[in-house]
Formats: sequence, C-alpha cells, structure tokens
Amino acid sequence: MIRDTEALSSEEKDCLQESVNSKDILGIIETHNGKLGGLMAILGDIQTEYGYLPEQALRMAADETGCSLVDLYGVATFYHSFRLEPQGKHRVCICLGTACHVRGAATIVEEFERQLGIKVGQTTSDGEFTLETVNCLGACAIGPIVTVDGHYFSKVDITKVKSILEKVPDLKKVPAGLLQNEEAKAAVSG
Amino acid sequence: MVNLSINGLNVSVEEGSSLLEAAKYFGFPIPTLCHMDGLSPYGACRLCVVEIGEGPKAKLVSSCTYPAEEGLKVRTASARVLKARKMILELLLASCPQSKTIQDLASAYGVHRQRFRQEHEDCILCGLCVRMCEEQMMAKAIGFRGRGENRSIGTPFDIKSDVCRLCGGCMYVCPACRLRCTYNEPEKAICGACANLSPPCIEKEQFEDMMCFMDPCVACEIKKD
Repeated sequence: MIRDTEALSSEEKDCLQESVNSKDILGIIETHNGKLGGLMAILGDIQTEYGYLPEQALRMAADETGCSLVDLYGVATFYHSFRLEPQGKHRVCICLGTACHVRGAATIVEEFERQLGIKVGQTTSDGEFTLETVNCLGACAIGPIVTVDGHYFSKVDITKVKSILEKVPDLKKVPAGLLQNEEAKAAVSG
Repeated sequence: MVNLSINGLNVSVEEGSSLLEAAKYFGFPIPTLCHMDGLSPYGACRLCVVEIGEGPKAKLVSSCTYPAEEGLKVRTASARVLKARKMILELLLASCPQSKTIQDLASAYGVHRQRFRQEHEDCILCGLCVRMCEEQMMAKAIGFRGRGENRSIGTPFDIKSDVCRLCGGCMYVCPACRLRCTYNEPEKAICGACANLSPPCIEKEQFEDMMCFMDPCVACEIKKD
C-alpha cells in the first residue's frame, strides 16, 4: 500500500505548510456532512490532498466538525498511516520483522540513516526520501527486505544500501511489486 | 435497588452504582489510582480489581467500571485479588518508582521487592488529568496521543493549547507527579502549590524533570518579573 506522493518541490511544500487552502478543506468536510462519524474519511481525504495532515487543516477540521482538536489529534496520531509531517518523494521502507531482524535488519536501518542523514520516520531536507520501518512485509524467506515506493529489494546487506539509493530514479520505469535484484529472483524461482 | 453479596455480606445498593461505589459504601476498602468522584470511571489502573462469580466461572473485573448486578457475589480481598493487585502495584512501581502515591500503596500492600527494571516514567497513563480537563474544567486541552508504547498525554502538536486556562487541575490530580511537585513543604504536597508560594520555585533546579503542562508555568513567569 504505497501512497501517491506526487512530485512536490520543497518550495511548494513550504508553501503548503504556510497556508492550506481553506476552501479545499471546507469542501472535503462538506462532502462528509461535517459529522463526527466522517472523521476518518475527512482525515483520509485531507491526506490524499496534501500527502500529510497539515496542522492548519486539522485545526480547521476541528472547528468545522465541532470535534475538539485533542480528539482529532489523538486519532491522527493513533493510526500509523496518518502523517503529520510532509513526506518525501520516495518512501524507503525497511522490514524489521523477526526473520529480517535476525539477519541484521537493524544494521541496514543504521546504514540508511547514515547515508540519508536522517532518522527513521524523518524526511531528507531535499524532500526526496522518507525513511520508515515496518514490522513485517510477509516475505520472510527473502529477507532482509527493503522496499522503495513499492519496489522490493531482497537479501539486503549494508553493502547494497548505496546501490539501492542510486537505483531509485530508475524505478519509475518498472512496475511496482517486483523483486529488483537477480539473485533474489533466482532464489524464489529455484 | 439491586441485591448482591460483598465478601459474604448481603447488601442492596442503588441501581446503576458501580461495584467500587457499593464496596466503599459498605466499608470495604479498595485501592484506586485512576478513580475520582466527579469524573467518569475509566478502568485504567486496574488496581480496583475484584473477583466476581463462583467456582470455575469466577473472574477478575475492575470494580470501578463494573455495575452492581442482582445476585452478584463479589470478593474484594480474596487471595486471587490480592495477588493480582500486588502484581499490578509492582508493575506500576516499576514504571513510576518516584511516585509517592504508588510507593505508599505498594508499601501498604506488601510489595517488598522490585523484580522489574525501573523505567522512571513520569506518567502511568491513568487518564485522570485528561478526564479532569474535559469533564470538570470543560477545556479538553490535553488528551492521549499515539498508541502502544508511544502513547502519551499532552496537548496537540506539543504546543500551548488555546483552550488551556492554566488551571493546574491536571497536575493536582496526577498520582505520578505528586512527589515532584511537593516543592519545599512536603505536607502541602499538591501540584500547583508552588505557584502560590512566594518567592515561587526558588529551587526549581530540583524539579527539572517535573511533568508540567503549565506552559508558560505560572511560577516561572512570576519568577522572571
């Protein structure tokens, strides 16, 4: 499940943070009748619009629905898929499930953090990469696994981290959901 | 009226009252941390567990959230209840070893050893402050954020809330931070008391890790002037 973080330059993102289009937000709330029951749908639509949940949008939604900001913020932070920070163009996702963990996923996380210069959950200052960890991608046999925008890299070790980051611009050309390195394909088929 | 038996004593209580209220009314002590008259029951601290039912169907429930039922057999201090309570206290003590309230309860219930690593948290997530803010102060300035081990209490976006009136109610009810808010007069050990002292918070350095939702802190502001 990869969200569409369509190309936004960092200036555009800064703009977004400054001012959220109130008409858009009001429109979104309107379509859900401004009722508390539609809260999740409202937050979902706001995130589809902006790629994350801007503070201003949350405040506006709280005012319009009559729901308190505390409750809204509680819901937004409860669900992993709601984000309060602008997201990068590419989402790097490292599996930290049991199988990947025993094969050294933690060192891979450290290597990504070092090369990107960010911590897990953060976005690089140029708005290119967001680094995340998940608890299992369900492909334990070919772990440790890293996905970039839905493209899978299997049997990753710290020496491959650099090449994965270099490959990222070319990934658009291939369909998502496929294994991206040859030996992994062989391991799966053989 | 509902008829039930508490520790073998047949009693009748008003319909709709909780087991905790019933037991307290008839003089059976039940320890609580997250319960306060005037706030809705929440059942977070689990200290008020009692055993209901008989034989293999007997089970532990939190008495603050369980309504009195006709014919219910309640035991507030059976061996099973005491064992569970001791365990809960030991766990609470491990997360907030510095809390005087929890220390006192642990001592009263004979928790003499500490098998778990001390975490030195400043919050047991009992939600008293959240309910105080919402139900008594009508503010809803603080609430729960996140989930699982990242669950915390605070204002949205960790910035000063527009609806917070700096009443200090949240700190007043907090069982975890009570010790650290005692300032220099332990007998006046209530949070927020430092704001009424003069000069306020001279020895603030001692309370650097004090959980304080007062932003800006009234006492600190006075001190500045």
